[in-house]
Amino acid sequence: MSNLTRRTAAELADLLAAGETTSVEITSAHLDRITAVDAQVHAFLHVDTEGALAAAGAADQRRAAGSVSSTLDGVPIAVKDILVTKGLPTTCGSRILQGWVPPYDATVVSRLKAAGLPILGKTNMDEFAMGSSTEHSAYGPTHNPWDLDRIPGGSGGGSAAAVAAFEAPMAIGTDTGGSIRQPGAVTGTVGVKPTFGGVSRYGLVALANSLDQAGPVTRTILDAALLHEVVGGHDPLDSTSIDQRLPSLVDAARQGSSGDMSGVRIGVVKELGGEGYQTGVGERFEESVALLVGAGAEVVEVSCPHFVHALAAYYLILPSEASSNLAKFDAMRYGLRVLPEGVEAPSAEEVMRATRDAGFGDEVKRRIILGTYALSSGYYDAYYGQAQKVRTLISRDFEAAFGQVDVLVSPTAPTTAFRIGEKVDDPVSMYLNDIATIPANLAGVPGLSVPNGLAAEDGLPTGFQVLAPAMADDRLYRVGSALESLLVQQWGGPLLAQAPSLVSEGASA
Amino acid sequence: MSGLDKLDQPDRLDQPVALMSYEEALTRFDPVMGLEVHVELNTASKMFCGCPTEFGAEPNSQVCPVCLGLPGAMPVVNETAVESAIRIGLALNCEIAPWCRFARKNYFYPDMPKNFQTSQYDEPIAFNGWTEVQLVTADGFDTVRVEIERAHMEEDTGKSLHVGGATGRIHGADHSLVDYNRAGIPLIEIVTKPIEGAGERAPQVARAYVAQLRDMLLGLGVSDVRMEQGSLRCDVNLSLRPSADAPLGTRTETKNVNSLRSVDRAVRYEIGRQAARLSEGGRIVQETRHWHEDRGVTTSGREKSDAEDYRYFPEPDLVPMAPSRAWVDRLRSVLPEPPRERRTRLQEEWGFGDLEMRDTVGAGALSLVEETIAAGTSPAAARKWWLSDLARRANEQGVELAELSVTPSDVARVQALVDEGKINDKIARQVFEGVLAGEGTPDEVVARRGLAVVSDEGALSEAVDRAIAANPAVADKIRNGKIAAAGALIGAVMKEMRGQADAGRVRELILAKLS
Amino acid sequence: MPEITREEVAHLADLARIELSDAELDHLAPQLAVILDSIKSISDVAAQDVPPTSHALPLTNVFRADVVRPGLTAAEALAGAPVVEQQRFSVPRILGES
Repeated sequence: MSNLTRRTAAELADLLAAGETTSVEITSAHLDRITAVDAQVHAFLHVDTEGALAAAGAADQRRAAGSVSSTLDGVPIAVKDILVTKGLPTTCGSRILQGWVPPYDATVVSRLKAAGLPILGKTNMDEFAMGSSTEHSAYGPTHNPWDLDRIPGGSGGGSAAAVAAFEAPMAIGTDTGGSIRQPGAVTGTVGVKPTFGGVSRYGLVALANSLDQAGPVTRTILDAALLHEVVGGHDPLDSTSIDQRLPSLVDAARQGSSGDMSGVRIGVVKELGGEGYQTGVGERFEESVALLVGAGAEVVEVSCPHFVHALAAYYLILPSEASSNLAKFDAMRYGLRVLPEGVEAPSAEEVMRATRDAGFGDEVKRRIILGTYALSSGYYDAYYGQAQKVRTLISRDFEAAFGQVDVLVSPTAPTTAFRIGEKVDDPVSMYLNDIATIPANLAGVPGLSVPNGLAAEDGLPTGFQVLAPAMADDRLYRVGSALESLLVQQWGGPLLAQAPSLVSEGASA
Repeated sequence: MSGLDKLDQPDRLDQPVALMSYEEALTRFDPVMGLEVHVELNTASKMFCGCPTEFGAEPNSQVCPVCLGLPGAMPVVNETAVESAIRIGLALNCEIAPWCRFARKNYFYPDMPKNFQTSQYDEPIAFNGWTEVQLVTADGFDTVRVEIERAHMEEDTGKSLHVGGATGRIHGADHSLVDYNRAGIPLIEIVTKPIEGAGERAPQVARAYVAQLRDMLLGLGVSDVRMEQGSLRCDVNLSLRPSADAPLGTRTETKNVNSLRSVDRAVRYEIGRQAARLSEGGRIVQETRHWHEDRGVTTSGREKSDAEDYRYFPEPDLVPMAPSRAWVDRLRSVLPEPPRERRTRLQEEWGFGDLEMRDTVGAGALSLVEETIAAGTSPAAARKWWLSDLARRANEQGVELAELSVTPSDVARVQALVDEGKINDKIARQVFEGVLAGEGTPDEVVARRGLAVVSDEGALSEAVDRAIAANPAVADKIRNGKIAAAGALIGAVMKEMRGQADAGRVRELILAKLS
Repeated sequence: MPEITREEVAHLADLARIELSDAELDHLAPQLAVILDSIKSISDVAAQDVPPTSHALPLTNVFRADVVRPGLTAAEALAGAPVVEQQRFSVPRILGES
């Protein structure tokens, strides 16, 4: 079977349905690819060879018996290490959970299993999802398959790199301020942040509860739509999940792929572009907009004036919620327990303090302290309270904009992949990576990043962001799919075909 | 250390503490109390998850990712707990919030799996209520109105066993063992506004409030309210001021008040302790104190500083609750009878005088008597047993009447046996002894101990003959018309029968034989 | 907006139960000051009458029925525990009364 790892998930599903391959073959091919390249990429924190193959075998048996669980039954997937997986280690990229094996599955994971997708393993991430480069993982960074000296984005760099490096056809990521979309942009993959509440958070280790969402990381829009439909939908275990069906995302993707954008109104967000955005990023963005116009879309510039405060609001709300969420890591019930040095018979308090100091990395500590500050009495109104008000203003900006247009667009990230180590000691500079993606999380609206080319100055991928009103995720897929079709036509193949090879010629993967 | 500095130090269990006499304290100071009662609801499942709430299960066998606070777990609100909270609020004449939320109260403690408690902060589900507390006085009843600040929902914590210390208490413990079965059980916290003007009746008011709150909660069917099991907990806040128009003094909060008796004693003790200190020029430390029922004292716990910043914020994993007015009205329409009306009605039904009613309520026997009557006993008989023998027994054991291992149906059964002539009053007391000792039901005790009254006429007749034969002089007196002398013969027969005879029947037989 | 001092950071670390070394305090405090400075614009943005948003969606009244669901076995619950004794989580000595 010619290179199964180069196929999209939809193609693999078709091959399985046609009986031209088996899940065990597909899964083995990906496990081999992981073995061949992951030493260089370091996308995975844990590979479950046995489990994945067993699940693949079961998928094949089901298919043979004529009782397939879903369209994607038998197509393997990787899962970001922030989602709990029963029996598989889950670290959230942190020392404090080193060796922890959850006794339960996240709902997203249960749905993947129920749909028959073998889980290849858990992918690397910034510790507790705090970061935009995966450099804050306690287990070492992930390397961008386009240039191994560069970051793959974050916090979900592992999922994006795994997919970009053909180690997995799809992955699940999570997005709190851009952690699916921004890695998508810098690795030339597709990433979607669903409407808040559209995908269950039960089992998703919380960073910022009011901002987090799990979503698809894939190489094509259609794959993302297929995956989104598997994992999305109401969950009674998540009180914030939406009890309302979305319109068909797969249909929207298929409709969009015709490339016809007539009747679609697109708004270019004035505040998400211009200064601070790399030249090549801007250029590819303009070209994409022009392509969509050429395909029949109407474009206007819209202003969302409060977006300039989004970063500030985010960096108050997130640390506040996170500081409370991370309090549970205290060495008493699971995870790391470190005894303070030189203290005989330490108290519980002393053990907590020593453990949290040893187990949390710098970025996590920074944000916990910041959050503790923002919530303290005397500061709550000025900080957390204010940030929640700014959130309202941002939501209103979106509402007003969507009154004029069907979708909003912008570059996904201000720059292409920077070098590992370049920004890691400058927190504020690191935070700026999320400047275009954060507004969507604050308002709860869905967003998608689709690869739209390479920046001329460095030959690295750029991403095009599409945003839609809450519950209108289908619009993302329609527009994203249209742009993807038009671009793939232009390129003569997927963007990733232009990525450098990771293994020397003649190797099996 | 100067004398005043010394007075400023928090005291410990091993140091002698100055106490002013209660009477004197009340002449010098005006006590103000605040009572916080935590009620564990009797829902089948926990506040935010589907774990069972059974008491006494194997440690850590009633837990799940949610109540264990595992990473990734999320809460979902128990609708029945909300309903119970609303009903409690309505029974306390509170306003029910049209919209409210849960909030996180952030602090670290090993018995709290998330290191925050999901509670309510500035948006309680019920607030601004009141209740009338009936005090028993020399001539009957007096009513004190207690204002209710709020009633809100929260979750209970796990339970720790402290190992290695002398008494199993936390001081000096080497380590602790935590069981999270209790973590997540729904709690309703009921907070009074400051109770002013109780004066010397403060301990009585506090105790009556808790007792009647308990009765009310039992009537609502929302909790087992067993203080000894922890399903009703009371924290007593107390401060003193020189007079009723002076500003409020510094208050202490006393925990571990595990019975009605403790409520009364703790208030009394704190008044004496604070009065002594204040009158010597010392100051009261704002702190949490611990009541020791065995020694009858409070000791210092942690200093309750305002530096413990709970950093409250709305719980982002839950959505707001907006109980519809229709729901609230429906719950209001099916509330059980308020306590005062219930007492009035029962007094009339039972035909008790004011003092008899007062004594019944005062003994904590109202519901017990009611249930005994429902099981078929006359009001008078029910009252008799509960207020005499059983009340005495409860006092001896240092427990509440409701905590005795004798139930209303036991009492009803015993009285029924007396009515049937199977036993008499004296034997009935022995039967109660047996039931209290755990020997079984009344019938089982009678059988096991062979307490049934001898009803065999033949045996009785023979015993009477023997008594007559053994006491010829007494027998002659009776033959000659001195009926009163029969008493001695009755006594002799009863002695032979070990009390297991119907004295009335014995008398009849004696008179018949000697007439 | 007040700048954040080293002492304040130490106090916050206490509240958050993180034992920060002197070196960490020296390192963190200026970084936090910079971050706080970059977000101070927030205080002037929203007028008094703007309501706060704590949830992106206006959901209310999400409840579950009071029904028992199977949870974890004690073994599963204790599986990750650093120390177990008598089927309970063993924790070091706790200071103070609860």
